[in-house]
Amino acid sequence: MAITIQRPPLTLKEKLYVPAIFSGLATTLKHLVNMLLGKTHVAMQYPEEKWDSHLPSYYRGAPALVKDEHGRERCVACQLCEFICPPRAITIKPGEIAEGDKFRKVEKFPQAFDIDMIRCIYCGLCEEVCPEQAIFLQKQYAITGLSRAEMVHDKEKLYEIGGLKTGLVHKWNDKK
Amino acid sequence: MSNPSTTTAPPPVQLLNVQVDGVWHQFPKGTRVIEACTQAGKYVPRYCYHPKLSSPGNCRMCLIEMGMPKMGADRKPETGADGKPVINWIPRPQISCAQDVAEGMGIRTDSPMAQECRKGVMEFLLINHPLDCPVCDQAGECRLQEFSVEYGNDSSRFLEEKVHKPKHVDLGPRIVLDDERCILCSRCVRFTKEIAKDDALGFVDRGSYSTLTAHPGRRFDNNYTLNTVDICPVGALTSKDFRFKMRVWFLKETRSICTSCGTGCNTVIGSREETMYRQTPRENNDVNSAWMCDYGRLNFHYLHDERRLTAPLLRQADHTLQPVEWRKAFATAAQQLREFKGEEIAVVASARMTNEELYMTRRLADALKCSLVDVVPRTGEADDILLSADRNPNTSGAQLLGIGGDKLGSRLAEIVEGVRTGKIHAVVCLGEDLSEQGLDAKVLEELPCLVAMSILPNATTRAATVVLPGSGFAEKRGSMINVKGRLQRLNHAIPSPGDARDDWEILRDLIQALTGSNGLYMIEDVFKAMSNDVSALQGLSLSKIGDLGVQVVTEAESREVPKTPLETATAAQPT
Repeated sequence: MAITIQRPPLTLKEKLYVPAIFSGLATTLKHLVNMLLGKTHVAMQYPEEKWDSHLPSYYRGAPALVKDEHGRERCVACQLCEFICPPRAITIKPGEIAEGDKFRKVEKFPQAFDIDMIRCIYCGLCEEVCPEQAIFLQKQYAITGLSRAEMVHDKEKLYEIGGLKTGLVHKWNDKK
Repeated sequence: MSNPSTTTAPPPVQLLNVQVDGVWHQFPKGTRVIEACTQAGKYVPRYCYHPKLSSPGNCRMCLIEMGMPKMGADRKPETGADGKPVINWIPRPQISCAQDVAEGMGIRTDSPMAQECRKGVMEFLLINHPLDCPVCDQAGECRLQEFSVEYGNDSSRFLEEKVHKPKHVDLGPRIVLDDERCILCSRCVRFTKEIAKDDALGFVDRGSYSTLTAHPGRRFDNNYTLNTVDICPVGALTSKDFRFKMRVWFLKETRSICTSCGTGCNTVIGSREETMYRQTPRENNDVNSAWMCDYGRLNFHYLHDERRLTAPLLRQADHTLQPVEWRKAFATAAQQLREFKGEEIAVVASARMTNEELYMTRRLADALKCSLVDVVPRTGEADDILLSADRNPNTSGAQLLGIGGDKLGSRLAEIVEGVRTGKIHAVVCLGEDLSEQGLDAKVLEELPCLVAMSILPNATTRAATVVLPGSGFAEKRGSMINVKGRLQRLNHAIPSPGDARDDWEILRDLIQALTGSNGLYMIEDVFKAMSNDVSALQGLSLSKIGDLGVQVVTEAESREVPKTPLETATAAQPT
């Protein structure tokens, strides 16, 4: 069924439209003056100026692996992030922690952990699914490289970006 | 319904009326209550119960509410308004795994009492269970994980210290045990005692300290240990071979058969992308029950050998083997073979090849007018469970297709002698190594034409004039006939490496290079042509074989399917 919408009745000033043109011109002139006086910033001068201090706490940048204050790599190679990753950017090769290692109890660690940053869509599902609090999206947004191979973050690179994170749950301590 | 013409017809099975969750069903006498519930579409969770093992009833997960017909003063069941017996419900739960159905029995699988019982059992089981699903290999196919989603609590009420038990226990050469994960269902203990007949496992200590272990001084090292990994409902028993290799939810499952001996156990191949990670047995009560041997199960790593042949090779003027295109390889092989008369050529095939490939071998021999065709027999020590003495998976197929005459390998000596004396100038060697037949590299190198099809390099391929890289058992489709005369199917799970091709395609292209087009484009065409030529396969097709196979020829070797304890007990009873 067709619906007829009543248009609001216009005043005489609105019907004449010329005053509106002048008020628009006045706004433009005001911005011009403000800019000439240096009162407004038009654009951030990237890359001389950086975003970093303006990033919100929930900003989603490059995903990276973290170690905790005991120096333990948090990742146990459960491969849930590999499974959940929508663009299949993550590839993990699991391995067994050797006998005699300080963290032998944890049993498993990633021998290789690659994130293809060409594929990554920064969705954050890897962080959300991780049962070990091992992968976090960092603030890095400028991921560049000269080749496809350079755009693949390997384990070493991921720990370099991720660094150390404190305040995590220690579920592998002796009580549990 | 008894057939009067057969004297050994079994007596008609008595059907019993049983009510499952308010609906009346009929089950044959002797059906377990837990099986009856499954047949009625009501799955009862269980840990210790396994249809192929005895029922100890120790996990208590399958508790249900049960009732029997109410008896009147005349000891006849009272009937209700619907004409069915009125059921007197037993006020306490019963386990459904160790009890057979009875006339007029009532079962409630989902009543508040049954639900409450499962929640209670789950909470007890999880008291000492470690929360290590992220590192546990069973995650994804773990009963404890699945039922804790359905009946578990989201948090633990247990505040005390958990009981700690041995971890990383090296039970045997192929098994690692984590006792903290064990829920003491005793499936492994019963399997190894009842099926593998090697009473190696048991429990020690009491209560929460009960621990699964091998008997003192014993190693859990029989040829069937890895079946316990399959039946373990949790991640307590893990396979050293598959441990930490890949999470199970990534694995593509392909139904296939094991090709390591003549039994042809039905399997499921677990693969991801181009890699095969494991194979597990698949239930087939006419072949392997639900088991397979460790030898067959682990005999697949050669598929990922780095020495795999990945391109056709051609002997050059400087005596080196260089990779060439397939077209060139076929043309050269055909050209070399054409130079000799039929009686100067021998074909050595393999009973590890599928029926389709052996059929194509026969056509190749016909195209070459060569009558000297044989396959290499291969034997080993048999056991009385599954492993057959015949280590070729398709001996019956080779016999059915008439390759190698009545006794396989009877013409091999003639071929070897012919090559030695120079009577035979050209040999087509398919998937075998002639050096194992006593022909050393020097003799082989002197052959003017040696066409070798193989997946791994050996003395024959190194001496060959043309090398054709073929496919392994997980890389191709086809059919084989086991020692019991059952036609079964192989399925394609992973791609062949590099330029390697399906064996039947190689043979077809070789025949085409010799005689021109033959109208075979798909493996289905080959099977069709074969079923027209071989009367035992008449009317069959690859799809008609199905996942469980069909009986096509009489048993070559009498092998019994492993019996369940119940079947053994029934068979022992005097009739």
